[in-house]
Amino acid sequence: MALLSVSDLSTHFHAQGGTLRAVDGVSLEVGRGETVGLVGESGCGKSTLGKTIMRLVDPTSGRIEFNGTDITVLDARRLKAARRNIQMIFQDPFASLNPRHMIGDILTAPLKVHGIGNKAERRKIVEDIVQRVGLPGDALGRYPHEFSGGQRQRIGIARALILNPELVVCDEPVSALDLSIQAQILNLLVDMKRQLGLSYLFISHDLSVVRYFADRVLVMYLGRIVESADNATLWTSPQHPYTRALMDAVPDPARRRQAAPIYGDLPSPQNIPNGCRFHTRCPLATDLCRSQEPAFRAISPGHHVACHYAEPTLN
Amino acid sequence: MASTDFAAGDARSRRLHADARGPAAPPEPEAKSWSNLHAPDARSASAASVPIAVGGRALKVFLSNPNAMFGVVFLSLVVLAALLAPVLYPADPLSMVARPFLWPGQNPAFPLGTDSMGRDVLSGILHGARISLFVGLVATALGLGFGILVGAAAGYFGGWIDDLLVRLIEIFQTIPSFVLLVVMVAIAQPTAPVVTVAIAVITWPTVARLTRAEFRAIREKDFVMAARSLGYGHARIIFREILPNALPPLIVTSSVMVATAILMESALSFMGLGDPNVVSWGSMIGAGRELIRTAWYLTALPGLAIVFTVLALNLIGDGLNDALNPRFSQER
Repeated sequence: MALLSVSDLSTHFHAQGGTLRAVDGVSLEVGRGETVGLVGESGCGKSTLGKTIMRLVDPTSGRIEFNGTDITVLDARRLKAARRNIQMIFQDPFASLNPRHMIGDILTAPLKVHGIGNKAERRKIVEDIVQRVGLPGDALGRYPHEFSGGQRQRIGIARALILNPELVVCDEPVSALDLSIQAQILNLLVDMKRQLGLSYLFISHDLSVVRYFADRVLVMYLGRIVESADNATLWTSPQHPYTRALMDAVPDPARRRQAAPIYGDLPSPQNIPNGCRFHTRCPLATDLCRSQEPAFRAISPGHHVACHYAEPTLN
Repeated sequence: MASTDFAAGDARSRRLHADARGPAAPPEPEAKSWSNLHAPDARSASAASVPIAVGGRALKVFLSNPNAMFGVVFLSLVVLAALLAPVLYPADPLSMVARPFLWPGQNPAFPLGTDSMGRDVLSGILHGARISLFVGLVATALGLGFGILVGAAAGYFGGWIDDLLVRLIEIFQTIPSFVLLVVMVAIAQPTAPVVTVAIAVITWPTVARLTRAEFRAIREKDFVMAARSLGYGHARIIFREILPNALPPLIVTSSVMVATAILMESALSFMGLGDPNVVSWGSMIGAGRELIRTAWYLTALPGLAIVFTVLALNLIGDGLNDALNPRFSQER
């Protein structure tokens, strides 16, 4: 059984001028010990999907099963208990730490709220995690503004791990950092996964980060998953034209442009195109694409694509 | 650098995790082969050797602010005057003690002179400080407490709770506040507690609106999202996570509120709607206003007391704002 199993999840917002369908019928699974990458361009709903799974945003419909329990219907007390097992690392390490609290307080409060240990035990847990994520020993008595971006992200990671969760939703954890710091943070995440047996849902718009990091990759477009494959398959034989366009956009001196680049911007999620939602920007679109929405179908074991013209891959 | 040796020991364990400080630091696997790996990290060394006294930091910033210190000193004088008034002038300040219209300095027994009825002006100002401070502080405390509760609930929960509370705030804001104050005091007895509560009733909506706006902005921040995802309760998020970040504008407002409350009490007393049994700065100005051309000191002296007390409160508010914001104080 998968650790996290999301089925037909939708998150709609009611905005001026209609319903904004940020997440529109997403199904995905994250297995125990697995790292699933979720990629897509800005505004495609990947962060909303992450926040919905975290129950920070209420879903409009669908189920989110964690360890077999549907966490969309839990009452407040049981949701609080469930939260211990799912934690989140945020994108902006400058916004995700309360500037008024010392690091020691930031890390101790979750333990207090969940009634873990006595004062001395909590102190020990906090000191242990601070050392694991590579923060200086005197960090506990300092405020967030005294740290650099990379160190703050380490604090954010320490906070996410302090309740000993099983699944960590990483919402673009490195995109706000310098390239050299990105590598350090990614290595730290890999280390933590190995040491603590974590599973990650890794949200990113940076394909090279996901390529380095993920076991399996989901490509999201306009609120829906359009392609899902394991990391190697996706990079060797991407099937959806959107996936190919995304990969083409990654600069690589060794590879010449092959797929046509995509033009224009993401259509508004308030006004999703009929038929295939990518047809407005797809270089291969036909009348079939404009009229009929493609099913999300398996073209080979473990490789699903939502495109009428995807062909089975031969490995 | 003397502190280098001190930091070298604990820096070693840190280095295993490829410390995030150096922008050119390599990712972990390669780190082992780097030849300069054993060079002491100067920045971690200095950070480790700096003693960190976080508890006294805000206080230190506040104490080193000359404007705020002026405010504190003057307000202390006012508080001292209020405390010492019954000791120095045990007699009723409203009783006639000397010939009327003694100018300041004319008679050493009455350094600030006497008014048209022969009452001691200095005694009046000292006793007036009591009522001004009482009304100012208590009215602000009440208004602040209620305003923060209403504003925090409206801003944090949103939805129908917000709609309901905003209507309530708007009802109070559409009524001209000083007229409402006069009506409330006129209906009830014009005693000091009634005046205080009435001032709190007309000032809380400002606090509530400000608090609501701050809460609406802050509740969307990532650190509040993090708090929710960690399973914190509403009370903890409101009072421990959001409120400390919403405080700077509220602190400034509260010092201005104390000043405004003192002014309102003075205005009520000036109009003769204050407590007739206690002397206040406002009632002294009101009594002296008809004689402003012949005995201007009767209005000027209590007027100066109001001006400097209000100014002191504003300076203290500013100083607190600077001191309580850790990032701002660091950058100065």
